Amino acid sequence: MKNLIRLFIAICFLLSIMAVPAVAGNVVKLEKGEPVHLAYWFVTSGPNTSLGMDSLRGAEIAIEDFGGKLKGHPIKLDGQDSMCGPEGGQAAASKIASDPTVIAAIGSSCSSAAKAGVPILWKMGIPNVSPSNTAPLLTDPAAGPDFDGYLRTCHNDNIQGAIAAEFAYSQLGVKKAATIHDGSVYAESLQRVFSDTFRKLGGTITSQEAISPGDTDMRPVLTKIASGSPEFLYYPMFIAESGHVTRQCKEVSGLENIALMSADGSFSPDFLKAAGKAAKGMYHSSPDFSALGDSYTKFLAKHKAKYGMDPEAPFHAHTYDAVILILNAIDKVAVVDGDTLTIDRMALNKAMHETKGQKGLTGDLTCNANGDCANPKIAIYKTSMADIKAGKMSPKPFWKKY
Amino acid sequence: MFQKWKDRVTVTDIVMWMIGGTLLLLCLWGSVSTIRAGLYTRSHWIDFCIFGLAQGSIYALIATGYTMVYGVLKMINFAHGEVFMSGPFTGYFVAMALWRSDFLDTHPILGIIVIFGVAMFVSTMIAYFLEKVAYRPLRNAPRLIPLITAIGASFFLQYFFRGLYGSGINAYPDIEILEGFWMIFGVRVLKIQVIVIIASVLLMLVLYNFIMMTRVGKAIRAVSEDKEAAALMGINVDAMISTTFVIGGMAAGAAGVLYALMFKQVHFFMGFIPGIKAFTAAVLGGIGNIPGAMIGGVFLGLIESVAPALFLDGLGIIAPYQLKDAIAFSMLVMVLIFRPTGILGERLSAKKA
Repeated sequence: MKNLIRLFIAICFLLSIMAVPAVAGNVVKLEKGEPVHLAYWFVTSGPNTSLGMDSLRGAEIAIEDFGGKLKGHPIKLDGQDSMCGPEGGQAAASKIASDPTVIAAIGSSCSSAAKAGVPILWKMGIPNVSPSNTAPLLTDPAAGPDFDGYLRTCHNDNIQGAIAAEFAYSQLGVKKAATIHDGSVYAESLQRVFSDTFRKLGGTITSQEAISPGDTDMRPVLTKIASGSPEFLYYPMFIAESGHVTRQCKEVSGLENIALMSADGSFSPDFLKAAGKAAKGMYHSSPDFSALGDSYTKFLAKHKAKYGMDPEAPFHAHTYDAVILILNAIDKVAVVDGDTLTIDRMALNKAMHETKGQKGLTGDLTCNANGDCANPKIAIYKTSMADIKAGKMSPKPFWKKY
Repeated sequence: MFQKWKDRVTVTDIVMWMIGGTLLLLCLWGSVSTIRAGLYTRSHWIDFCIFGLAQGSIYALIATGYTMVYGVLKMINFAHGEVFMSGPFTGYFVAMALWRSDFLDTHPILGIIVIFGVAMFVSTMIAYFLEKVAYRPLRNAPRLIPLITAIGASFFLQYFFRGLYGSGINAYPDIEILEGFWMIFGVRVLKIQVIVIIASVLLMLVLYNFIMMTRVGKAIRAVSEDKEAAALMGINVDAMISTTFVIGGMAAGAAGVLYALMFKQVHFFMGFIPGIKAFTAAVLGGIGNIPGAMIGGVFLGLIESVAPALFLDGLGIIAPYQLKDAIAFSMLVMVLIFRPTGILGERLSAKKA
């Protein structure tokens, strides 16, 4: 008898464990006055702080523009520091996943953090929209069910890398290029797309080198690159490492006059601080803001009024669009029952994936089944001495394809 | 003779020798095929060596701090990387102030001396108070406790400086006289690297002579050999331990500014990796031994710079520089297996005995 009771208790316990995430994990019930809780996981410390803070400001303005309230419930935004790496992403995602009130997450800033963190969020049924993870594998159909709850409002690097290669080959007319990446998902896949496209166009890749994040002495690896005498160096890394490469290139014999190019991950005034005068004449690929319409000009005015500064990284508008996308979808799926609001996160994820033609700051957003929502316009920017003196990235595209 | 030898050797020994031998052969094979492939010219190799020497001499300066503290306290001061960071991070604000007022352009040498002075002062103070506050109360505690305290102190200092100066990126201004090249025996060498190497060598010579020639140095050596006996001989042990931290802090502060002048960027986390590398260098050279730390540092810098191209390129490994830390740390493991006392460790113990 005693054993039977024990067995019964054990079975009840097991059932309750299995039942809890299935029911309570996917449906969030808000009583009167309880906030609609969104959590961000941007990078808010370290060399790439500007990337995350820029996004955070975009998100805050978006919530303000939405009216701060959703069906009578206030909107709450708080978050974690995902630190632009897998460890930080894992820690931030675990903290967010442990909070049952979170309805959707916004982030992360860097693709390697997303690769580690998104499966953790999705295990708890939290859908996530990223404003700045550009690595192709995150929305690759082969990414698997762990990434079913993942969307992004920024471009896919399959596009950015190809444009960089076309620019180098057709526009600058270089035939020999080298690349460096830092082992992060973002840099590794971007340089691979670049190299593949560059080779397809008829160019030669003299070497595809790699360093570790946090390295400072790039001179040895640059000397190795110089031995292949390339005319063009592509290093789509983050701010600190890109800054070191830019400075030290001028000091390595054979690379004094090489054309340099990085990507949106280091398109920030902080990069000019890190690279100094050496950034003169260097190229960056980044979203084209000059092509955006009136709504973006209005956004800039609001940004200036609220924070007393201009945006400092390329992804504030994408974050704005991501937040509006989430809020619109919540608005669509939330069920009002008297004073309570019931949100099914599975339905929310589905609704977000079905977003069509949402008028955003960065263009019309239409999400596909894999989670790519962007309408990407990528331009090439060139840094001049005046930009360095002013401490701002060039606002005018140097070249664009369309 | 052979019988005796056979009795002493265990299976583990043989396996270890085989691993070591295989690695050595791989390195040799890699080097031979790299050189035969002829990818790099003589000037490339000279460049690799100079880059390595400059980086290594900074490791060496930091490593002396680890090794001296280990000598007197028999503990690893894991917060030494943060002592290294505090100086140049503070010096950055001095440098920017001097640069904005054009002082750095008109009086560059005086300006650099001021930056060095401030940075070394801050690092020295941090090291001094670190010992006073964090380590002295635990002087007689079991050895694990100060070690954990050191890790705690390291975090405390990192986040203290993050709170104080912010977490964003900062870079030292470009100083005109440190830019450009010198031709030395027909080899193009960066000015800043020549300065880093010469300054480090000078500092290390001063430091070594201080320890070997002066009365205070002798007292420090006495404390590191036997604290009780030194106290009985009338040496103020506490004062000597403080002095050790002060010297280590000064060396770290100077190394920090040299590092910042070479790489420009400073931030609150900058001490972590050089700290770990310098610790590796200290162990490599034989911890507790000052010339050992210097040799270990230079050796590590050279290995990091030369080995990926020399050993791995020939083996057909793609992107070898990603593995430079792996090479440095495997080197450490190998040295610890085959020579647990480090490169110069044995000589010291022989002298002591």
